[in-house]
Formats: sequence, structure tokens, C-alpha cells
Amino acid sequence: MPHANRVSRLLRGLLAASLLSLGAGASAAEISILNVSYDVSRELYKEINPVFAAQWKAKTGDTVTVNQSHGGSSKQALSVAAGLEADVVTMNQSPDIDILVERGNLVAADWRKRFPHDATPYTTTSVFLVRKGNPKGIKDWSDLTRAGLQVIVPNPKTSGNGRYTYLAAWGYALDKTGSEAGARDFVAKLFANVPVLDGGGRGATTTFTQRDVGDVLVTFENEAILIAQELGGDKFDVIYPSLSIDASAPVAVVQKVADKRGTAKVAEGYLNFLFSPEGQEVIAKQNFRPRDPAVLKKHAKQFPPIRTFSVDEKLGGWSAVQKTHFADGGIFDQIVVNR
Amino acid sequence: MSAPSRSFSVLPGFRLTLGYTLAYLSLIVLVPLAAVFLKTFTLTFDQFWAVVTAPRVVASYKLSFGMSLLAAAINAVFGLMLAWALVRYSFPGKKLIDALVDLPFALPTAVAGIALTALYAKNGWIGQFLEPLGIQVAFKPLGVLVALVFIGLPFVVRTVQPILEDLDTELEEAAASLGAYRWQIFRYVILPILLPALLTGFALAFARAVGEYGSVIFIAGNIPMVSEITPLMIITKLEQYDYAGATAIAVVMLLLSFVLLLVINGLQAWTAKRTGRSR
Repeated sequence: MPHANRVSRLLRGLLAASLLSLGAGASAAEISILNVSYDVSRELYKEINPVFAAQWKAKTGDTVTVNQSHGGSSKQALSVAAGLEADVVTMNQSPDIDILVERGNLVAADWRKRFPHDATPYTTTSVFLVRKGNPKGIKDWSDLTRAGLQVIVPNPKTSGNGRYTYLAAWGYALDKTGSEAGARDFVAKLFANVPVLDGGGRGATTTFTQRDVGDVLVTFENEAILIAQELGGDKFDVIYPSLSIDASAPVAVVQKVADKRGTAKVAEGYLNFLFSPEGQEVIAKQNFRPRDPAVLKKHAKQFPPIRTFSVDEKLGGWSAVQKTHFADGGIFDQIVVNR
Repeated sequence: MSAPSRSFSVLPGFRLTLGYTLAYLSLIVLVPLAAVFLKTFTLTFDQFWAVVTAPRVVASYKLSFGMSLLAAAINAVFGLMLAWALVRYSFPGKKLIDALVDLPFALPTAVAGIALTALYAKNGWIGQFLEPLGIQVAFKPLGVLVALVFIGLPFVVRTVQPILEDLDTELEEAAASLGAYRWQIFRYVILPILLPALLTGFALAFARAVGEYGSVIFIAGNIPMVSEITPLMIITKLEQYDYAGATAIAVVMLLLSFVLLLVINGLQAWTAKRTGRSR
């Protein structure tokens, strides 16, 4: 049967061709990794990923696809702890990575030492966004406690952004009054002025900019700059308080997953790229403060100098803060229940 | 009652369907719920009690259950009116309105929440007229009610509608010929027949409202002691990696809902018996 013969020859040819292409694939691999991150870093990593992939391809010949997953920072950490196969995690507060050390040993305990700057490629800080012309004359944290003023803040119980705001105000008051009791009083007054507690930073942004609620929005600098750019500089002004918090975004390789999937090298390369001048440049463009002094200097106009303190140096580290302030029955709960 | 498996039914498949029912229900409903209960056993009773009776949590029960009952009641009244209009009268665009009723089922709840918030905020289409009257909806407990009414509407309409359709107009005509007024006919002839279905719709709308998160969270304002719903309390626990605390509140919600649904079902069975109709 000549006809059947021809078909089988064709099939054999196809098979050989596909085997060949497989062989070719082995020398220049196609790898995909998953970056599990928090909500407002979506735009940042969308810009980072193609630049990294191009650089990685030039260096190794491999094609890398970086998939992104975004959501509330702590919720994302829980997903990874529950088995979402992330190769790297990029969060906005270190407890969300520490939990991955505690649960299932997914991340190496010394993750802070694996990359420069305690594994934080960039930082941001809590600033104020006010309506154009600053009609209420808001200059500093102390203005936010004035009677009759409405302050929009995301919920510290569900949002890293809200937690940083709370702690920034606490640190400011600690400096000002010199006592814990004074700080507590100050923060209680501030939160008495909060009419809406949104679940996350973006929700708070919407409430302030779209729903027209509140006199001032306290949010991350990158979000404030973005709003001023996107929604028109003629509607909002960004105000820098005299003192704020250093909100550095920590990153880590999820070692257990990366080892299993054989992606450890790419994952590490990906995070290292964030610290490279090219990565830092993208970071600055997305309104996060880069670590590289040269890049920061280049974008100095965008990032006015601001005095900041870190959770570690002023407030005794995240786990202590978590326990005294945000745990159930902690200071935040006491403040808002009795307001 | 004799065991149904022994009686000779003309229909096949009893063993298959019962086996399937049990296996499926266990897998989809019972095992996950059991897991919720099991997780709370990692707490001592004192811890459990402290979690579920914290003032913030208690305030959230009041809001969630209170507003859910109120929303279900509103839906019972206006859902009945909607079903009535759809079944009894014909008007242009009736098919369209009939289809619109199901929209709250299909719409992602977050979209509903954002849309409602946009409408009822002080600069929204509706909110701008309510605000000068001193009525604030968005970011207040009233906003929670609006969202819960929205998501619960189809339940009442869709349970009452078929009963209304089956209703013989002859009954009403007979009552009218005996001299009953329109209101009397509605009150003594139609309503008793509809009541079991109405209660079912009420129960469904209530159950849906209690667990609702997506739409409510945007419009509620989420202020502790004032406008925090119970599902938000569960979410905040999860955000703190407190699984046990979260499930403790979930257990309380489950139990409360279960008791309330049981009461409503009992009421429904009672009215069905009283009116001589077993649905």
C-alpha cells in the first residue's frame, strides 16, 4: 500500500523534526518563573520583566518569562505558604516574607543577607496627598489631628500601606511628645478623623480621588506621585511631612520551590537585576526611591529629600510592632474601639 | 415510614443517586465545614470565647445579621411586587425586565459594590441629591443595607414567580363573586398560598446577605464598631495569619445562620401545613 507508506514516512519526518526542535530547546531553555507580589507593584514589574528577560537572554541565551501575581501583601504570602508555587516573592513589608520562613521553611532564614540593602531594592515613604492649593493648609502630621479634618487611610489591619501610615504617625508623635502615652493619644486623635477605612491602598485612593471624600489621603509616595500624574496635577498636591517612615520593599527567593523547579539561578538573577543600574532606573521611573545613589541623584527632582526612620531602628522591629500594635486587642484595636 | 429502598419505585437509580448525593455533599459541603470546626479546636475554650465576644466582633454580628434580616425583609416585600407585576401584567419591555432581575446573580460582586459606591457617594448620581437632605448612604451602615438588598433581590422574585404563575385565577374570581374586596382576596386567598415560597425566598436572600463580602466592602466604610461586617473581621484575622481566630468567628456565623435558617424553614413548613399546601 504505497499510500499508507507515504503517510507513515510523513509522520516519521514530523516526529524527527519535533525531536530536533526539542534538542535545540535544551541548549537554549525556555524558563518561566512566578513572581508573587503585592498590589501596587503591578506596573513596576510589568516594566521590569521584559528588560530583565532581554538582559538574561543576552547573557545566557535562555528565554525567561516572568509571570506576575498581585494582591494584598499578606494574602499573597498566605497563598505562597499554602502552596502557590512562587519562585520569588516581592512584598511591601518583611513580616510577609518571615512568615514563609516560619511556615514550611520556604525561604532561607537569612534571606535579608542574600541581597544588598537587607534585600530591599527600593524604598518608599508615607506622604500626604491634598486637594489642589491645599485649602486646609496641611503641612505635617500634627495637622491631621485637627478637629473637623477628614483623613483617608487604608485599614492597618488589612493593608501594609495603612500599617506604615499608622507607624509613621506613631514615630512622629513619639519624637514630638517624647512618650508612648503621647504617641498613643496623637494616633487616637488622628484615627478619630478617619471616616472610611478601605481594605487596601488602591481603595483608599479611589475613595479620595473619585468619591471626593476627605481632605487628605495618606499613602505611599509612589502612589501619590502616580495619582498626581495620572489624574492631573491640577487637582492634587503632594505634601511631604517633616518626618516619615522608611517603607522598604523586601524581596526573597522561595528557595524550596525554586530548587524543586530548577529555577534557582534565574530567580536569583531576577532579584539581582532589581539592584542593577538598569533595574534601578525602571524602579525610579515607577516612582519608587532607588537604592543606587547615582540613579537617585539623576531623579532627584522627583524625590525630594525627606527625614525617615525605620521600623527596626525606632520601633523595635516588625514582630514587636505586630504584637503591640496590630494584634487583636493591640493598641490599634483599643484606639479604634474607643474612639 | 417504610424504608424507601424497599418499596418498589417505578423510577430507577435510587442507590446511585443517593450514593452520589452523600459522596458529593460530603466532599463539597461537609468536609470543608468540618475543617472549619476542627481548626477552631486549636484554641482553648477561653481563647475561643475571647475571640468571638470581642466588642468589635459583636458589633459586626449586629451589623451583619441585622442588616441581612432587614435587607431580606425589604426584598420580600419588593421582590413580591416585582414578581406580581411580571406574572400578572403584560407591558412593553417585560421580557427585558424579567432578564434584568437575574443580573445581581451574574455580576461580580465587587463590580456591584464599586458601582453602588460611585452612585451613592456624595458626588455620585444619587448621592448628590441625598447628601443635602442629610442622608448619607455610602460609607455608612445604610450603604451596607443597599448592597445587601441589591444582591438578594433575585432570590425572592425567582422563588415566588413560579407559584404565582401556577395560581388559578378562578380562585380569585370565586372570591370576588362571593363579594370579597381586592385587598381581602389578596390577604386571604393569594398571600397564604404564596407565603411558603416567600419565606423560602426570604431565607435564601438572608443567607446570601450574611456571607456577602465583595460588594459590601466597598460601600461600608469599614469603621470599627460602626460599619464593619463580620466577613471583614474574618479577613482581618487571616491577614494576621490567625487561621484559628478566623475560623472561630466563621463557626459563630455558621451556627447563627444555621439556627436562623432552621427557624425560617420551620415557619415555612408550618405555614405550608396550615394552608394545606406542601409547596
